[in-house]
Amino acid sequence: MANVTLRNVRKTYVGGFEAIKGIDFDVGDGQFCVLVGPSGCGKSTLLRMVAGLETITGGEIDIGGRVVNQIEPADRDIAMVFQNYALYPHMSVYNNMAYGLRNRRMAEAEIKTRVEEAARILELGAMLDRKPRQLSGGQRQRVAMGRAIVRQPKVFLFDEPLSNLDAKLRIAMRVEIRKLQRRLSTTSIYVTHDQLEAMTLADILVVMNGGQVEQIGNPLDIYQKPATTFVASFIGAPPMNLMPLRSDEIKSQLAGDARANEAGILGIRPEDFVITNETVSGGVALGLTVEAIERVGAETFLYGTRQHEVQGVAATPGELPPGEIIVRIPGAVGPAIGERIRAVAASDKLHLFAADGRKRVGC
Amino acid sequence: MEKSTVFNNRLLPYMLLLPQLVITVVFFYWPASQAIWQSFLREDAFGLVSEFVGLENYQALFAQPEYYASMLTTIIFSSLVAALSLSIALLFATQADKSLKAAPAYKTLMIWPYAVAPAVAGVLWFFMFQPSLGMLARPLRGMGLDWNPLLNGNHAMMLVVMASVWKQISYNFLFFLAGLQSIPKSVIEASAIDGAGPMRRFWTIIFPLLSPTTFFLLVVNVVYVFFDTFGIIDAVTGGGPAGATTTMVYKVYADGRLGGDLGGSAAQSVVLMIIVIALTAIQFRYVERKVQY
Repeated sequence: MANVTLRNVRKTYVGGFEAIKGIDFDVGDGQFCVLVGPSGCGKSTLLRMVAGLETITGGEIDIGGRVVNQIEPADRDIAMVFQNYALYPHMSVYNNMAYGLRNRRMAEAEIKTRVEEAARILELGAMLDRKPRQLSGGQRQRVAMGRAIVRQPKVFLFDEPLSNLDAKLRIAMRVEIRKLQRRLSTTSIYVTHDQLEAMTLADILVVMNGGQVEQIGNPLDIYQKPATTFVASFIGAPPMNLMPLRSDEIKSQLAGDARANEAGILGIRPEDFVITNETVSGGVALGLTVEAIERVGAETFLYGTRQHEVQGVAATPGELPPGEIIVRIPGAVGPAIGERIRAVAASDKLHLFAADGRKRVGC
Repeated sequence: MEKSTVFNNRLLPYMLLLPQLVITVVFFYWPASQAIWQSFLREDAFGLVSEFVGLENYQALFAQPEYYASMLTTIIFSSLVAALSLSIALLFATQADKSLKAAPAYKTLMIWPYAVAPAVAGVLWFFMFQPSLGMLARPLRGMGLDWNPLLNGNHAMMLVVMASVWKQISYNFLFFLAGLQSIPKSVIEASAIDGAGPMRRFWTIIFPLLSPTTFFLLVVNVVYVFFDTFGIIDAVTGGGPAGATTTMVYKVYADGRLGGDLGGSAAQSVVLMIIVIALTAIQFRYVERKVQY
């Protein structure tokens, strides 16, 4: 059981490329921390630095009150689950799990107890004699988990462990990982690029971009109050609609809102729109032409174009083309393509950001 | 499902196979069957008359103490060369596999000896260790060592072993390096996290995962030491001193070409062929089983 604390952690490669630009955060004992961000944001590198597989060129990483910068991976008391599982192909499932314990000279009887316990939890009991190549993807994933839990480490590290599984299995394993972590209450750090995985697993969510932390917090807080436009468009699917406030139509509607003076970008989540002809005081109403419709059963997504053409804001990942707005409505009935609709969002549903997108305005 | 192609023309598949078949027949089956036939004949010294003698050549061969000596020499020589060239190459490959800046240059240098013809390699080593002139022989003698491969059979053996090993390391190195690079990095990292130190990691993870490469190289190396080292032995020692480095393949040459005993020499090559076929079969049957993972 341990805290993991990162203090101004940096990683600069020999060529001068700065992969990690000073990161601070603290994962409390037994908490599940998820690092999320687009490809190349440095999240995997950061995890590998915690594991000891990459050197740390600045700052400190502290596991359980001990600075581990100079400590070998084996001595950090961590276990890692790799994206490709990294099972030992020439060893049976039993030996895969026992390997780390044998290296630590544990008695064979104790190893047997631990491996059998892990196999029971992960439902691998019938497969202990098989080789990894005889297992399915989901089973290999379980063996990788088993190899981590038999060690009873202070910290679990997960490097995109579910990304090689098919969609259905991924959801099932996601739930299992969460249950398992709750049950063992081992501090965990989990890397993913899937924002849905991040939202559902995390106690603490760390959103990263370009080697820096964009926002840290409880996933729902981050969802409700994204600190930057990057976070706003990365967390949530479909992404938040972002509109520049140069548009006169919107600006005039926000005349009564004190935040509008400092702000340059307005954000509205697709689910915060209501299609109505009533006026909403303090809110924003957009006139849209429906151009595409996605019906997924329980909900329907409308892709509309604003009738007043607007120049795009600075491009961020997941952002919509300029002028396009996504509206989510419940149920499967709604307007038809080509229809003109009026989408309204109440004033407490509006997110306002500074013109460069780096700062949230108001609360 | 097996992929199969259906040819409309019945002749075409045979025509496509023909070049390979012709090469195999002309350069392998024909000489091999000639050798077998020759081993039942006795020819006079001028090559004018040959007479069928049945198994007499074989009887004479197995009555020769020199033949058993050459077998023993071959066993010593081939085990030394195979063991040394495989283990040294593996050591070098593991070093080259580390991400060093100089790795590409190092790799290129490692591969060069392979481009040197066996006889040339033999001559190089012979000059370096020639007792009175050799660059490396003089310091050896200077240290009080009575280094003389021309007279001392053990020294001669050491010299041909060194030259053959040096020549073969490049080849083994290349394959070991490719084998090492095909081991997923994350497996090595997982074992590091699992608490295996570098030595333990090597013996419990890397070496077993390399076993298909090692097995392949073992087969290739055995064939190499049995046949391809002829040039080195001929250039360095000529089988001497007093037959100390006369391997079975060298004896085939010495008896047949130099001694003019074509029948006896053919009998020896047949025996040699049977030994190599048997060795390869044994390797496939017993060693390959352990390779599977």
